[in-house]
Amino acid sequence: MRLHHVRNAFYPVAGIAIILVAWQFYTQFFAINRIVLPSPADIFWASAANWNVLLRESWPTFVESVLGFALAVAIGIPFAVCVANSRVLNLTLYPILIATQSIPKVAVAPIILVWFGLGMQSKLVIAFLVAFFPIVVDTAAGMRATPAGLLELARSLRASPLQIFLKVQFPAALPFIFAGAKVAVTLAVIGAVIGEFIGSMNGLGNLLLTANSQLDSPLAWAALVWLSALGVLLFGAVVLAERIVMPWSETGHH
Amino acid sequence: MQSQIIEQGRSSAAPVPFGHFEGVHQHFRRPGQAPLVAIENITFDVKAGHLVTLLGPSGCGKTTFLKIVAGLIPASGGTIQINGRAVVEPQPDFGVVFQQANLMPWRTIQANVLFPMEILGRTDAAAELRARELLALVGLEGFEKSYPAQLSGGMQQRVALCRALIHKPKLLLMDEPFGALDELTRMEMQDLLLDIRAKTGATVMFVTHSISESVYISDIVCVFSKRPAVIADFIAVDLPYPRSAEIRYLPEFTELEHRAGRALGITR
Ligand SMILES: Nc1ncnc2c1ncn2[C@@H]1O[C@H](COP(=O)(O)OP(=O)(O)OP(=O)(O)O)[C@@H](O)[C@H]1O
Ligand SMILES: [Mg+2]
Repeated sequence: MRLHHVRNAFYPVAGIAIILVAWQFYTQFFAINRIVLPSPADIFWASAANWNVLLRESWPTFVESVLGFALAVAIGIPFAVCVANSRVLNLTLYPILIATQSIPKVAVAPIILVWFGLGMQSKLVIAFLVAFFPIVVDTAAGMRATPAGLLELARSLRASPLQIFLKVQFPAALPFIFAGAKVAVTLAVIGAVIGEFIGSMNGLGNLLLTANSQLDSPLAWAALVWLSALGVLLFGAVVLAERIVMPWSETGHH
Repeated sequence: MQSQIIEQGRSSAAPVPFGHFEGVHQHFRRPGQAPLVAIENITFDVKAGHLVTLLGPSGCGKTTFLKIVAGLIPASGGTIQINGRAVVEPQPDFGVVFQQANLMPWRTIQANVLFPMEILGRTDAAAELRARELLALVGLEGFEKSYPAQLSGGMQQRVALCRALIHKPKLLLMDEPFGALDELTRMEMQDLLLDIRAKTGATVMFVTHSISESVYISDIVCVFSKRPAVIADFIAVDLPYPRSAEIRYLPEFTELEHRAGRALGITR
């Protein structure tokens, strides 16, 4: 923990603190009904009182998001590699991909639920669908952005297409892939929650909806806070993976 | 003038020269325009172990010619032979240094230098030892585990030089490798190149548009004309190796610089 880490952490923490204090003050001073807008303290106490429920309901949402994201990575990266390296596949599949992407996922979610049921499977599929696109688009962009000089170097040594892919194209695309993964992982959480909203038996999205219908706004807001914490956690995991996989990118900054 | 130049360039009854270029011609198709003739007609020979610089104005086709020799682009016409064999594709026993260092940011310095050996499937303890020796030779001892982003431009260019030498190439092709460096570093790198050339005995073809650089390092200065390129002069530099900075002030040196300048049309 070096000094600049502390300094970098200071600003967001201070920003959040100011918002919370203002919010608390506003709800108390104007005596806002807690059903309309609970105060931060209300949310905190609801969260503390129901921590076991929140934890239990976090698990399915966590699993759906992570598996949906993992599936998007596992299928999206090879897909993008093929599309970027083959003219025929590019011309055939890319327009289809763009067309399907422009269909709102919320609109597809009910159909997915019909196909995959009310369990975790359907949420996983929706999370996968929303995470897939940024992974594919960024990976494909990375595949095409290989520095020409590096390709020329590889060609001057008569490197095979496989060698060029493994030793030049793919590593050069890693920053792009991670950029896509960071967007995708937060979208995966949103996808899972959309699925839970439309029809589910558990999960944070389900808890939020239930609490809301019972006018238990503090608990609904607590579920919201836990959801965003889940998103931040998963985002952080991708950033950590990036640091481990690309140690060189960090050395450049300091 | 042209015929005299060609005579100078080719040793008359000698066996096959190391490099033989005859009537090399290159044009590029341009959509909606007449093709651009980059190289009109280039003919000269290179002796084994010689350091030949290709000197010429910007945009005259030096890079194009070097890439043709490297087998990276096919010539529109003419003969390109190295070691008696026609060059139609890149040769693994050539080493190429480009104008940019072209290091891979994700590889350590050592791993960057070893890249050609990996491609050629020759990574072993001996290769790693050689990589360390080369890095030491260019003054980069202790940087083996660093990443390119941690090195200065001059240091990166030295790594690129090591990488081009790691597989003991018979021919080293260099495209303005020191063009982006400051004067002082540049002069250091010239001495380093001469040092390495003396140690390895490699034949070198070196593109530059600096007159003094070309005279300082070369056995032969091959002056390209403006586009479309022909050979404007073919200058044998009879200054003994090893060379050091003092020779830059010799009258012979200045005279050679003048001759190259005249061939380029900038002095009379
Ligand atoms: N792939 C290409 N397509 C079309 N024209 C090209 C191509 N490559 C080079 N040229 C043209 O050929 C000419 C020679 O280019 P080249 O890069 O060989 O010049 P150069 O002598 O290396 O110049 P410099 O000293 O500025 O690097 C230029 O006019 C350039 O526009
Ligand atoms: Mg050039």
